[in-house]
Amino acid sequence: MNLSWMAWTLPTAIFFITIFCILVTMTIWEYKSPGGDPRVGVLRFETTRGDRVFVSLLGSAFIHIIWLALFPSISLWCAFAIALIYVCAVFKWV
Amino acid sequence: MIEKQVNQKAWFMVLPVFLLVAFSAIIPLMTVVNYAFQDTFGSNQFYWVGLDWFKEIIHSERFHDAFFRQVAFSAIILTIEIPLGVAIALAMPKKGWGVPVCLISMALPLLIPWNVVGTIWQIFARVDIGLLGHTLTQLGINYNYTQDPVAAWITIIVMDVWHWTSLVVLLSYAGLSSIPDVYYQAAKIDGASKISIFRYIQLPKMQRVLLIAVLLRFMDSFMIYTEPFVITGGGPGNSTTFMSIDLVKMAIGQFDLGPAAAMSLLYFLVILLLSWVFYTVMSNIGEESSNGGV
Repeated sequence: MNLSWMAWTLPTAIFFITIFCILVTMTIWEYKSPGGDPRVGVLRFETTRGDRVFVSLLGSAFIHIIWLALFPSISLWCAFAIALIYVCAVFKWV
Repeated sequence: MIEKQVNQKAWFMVLPVFLLVAFSAIIPLMTVVNYAFQDTFGSNQFYWVGLDWFKEIIHSERFHDAFFRQVAFSAIILTIEIPLGVAIALAMPKKGWGVPVCLISMALPLLIPWNVVGTIWQIFARVDIGLLGHTLTQLGINYNYTQDPVAAWITIIVMDVWHWTSLVVLLSYAGLSSIPDVYYQAAKIDGASKISIFRYIQLPKMQRVLLIAVLLRFMDSFMIYTEPFVITGGGPGNSTTFMSIDLVKMAIGQFDLGPAAAMSLLYFLVILLLSWVFYTVMSNIGEESSNGGV
């Protein structure tokens, strides 16, 4: 199958493989500990592990976009570091 | 006690849907992500440009203008259509011959294809031959949607209200029809006013369908393309160039696939965020009122 029309590159491939690995990890986690670990966090409503992953991914995307908007000349790895801290905070408190 | 059976094989039933979504949504989305980081001059040749397109789009005035026009349009549409739809649903008959007549009349605008709706309103609002445009001009009202941005906005908003309020009406009516008579009888015994009945019985019972109505209307209005494209083509000037129209101009008109892909991703993320916020807020209001309300 020729996939050249999809214009794959190594960085985008790594990005999608990471997303895929996250989904596989979540599936294994859910299989080992079913129920989604629901709890009420700082947002004052019930969230499951899946919700936390969704909030983490979406929030991280916006952190990168806001970084690009505010500091276009500074490396995006700084935004990546902030996103990692944000993900840890989401899994701890949301 | 009957033990609940767990059978993970049921997941295979989801496989056909997954394959369909993969071909129609996931693979095209992956391609858009790939395009957003590259430049092309055709012939399937791509050159890596990194984050250049994202930086260009995020800082472009053209994108900011289209984005704010889109947000304003969706906000106006929701502010008008949701209360109007609920009000019409409340006024509709609950029994008798009037029910099918009202339901069919309400469903009619929803059956008309989008480009036909655009064409109808494009002709209807024309100053020279259109019934609306010509009548307003004869009454001395300065109305010309091809030259005046305010008139163009009003035309598109009225057209959207005409086309889509019916959806809110039908969903709200379905929600109202599901309320058992005992609720109204209890309210009557308590001497509740019409406002109290609406606030404490009808509105909480409509919460779920209203959530769907708000989400559907938000997403549809946020990606509106066909009708404004047919009526105004994005003009006069760029006054009705919404994000989808701008995106198509960029991707197909200018063949700037890279910037268009970057803009598509930003557009997609904003829709995802706002839909999640709407869904979370409204479903939590629904749960709070069902726990502590009626």
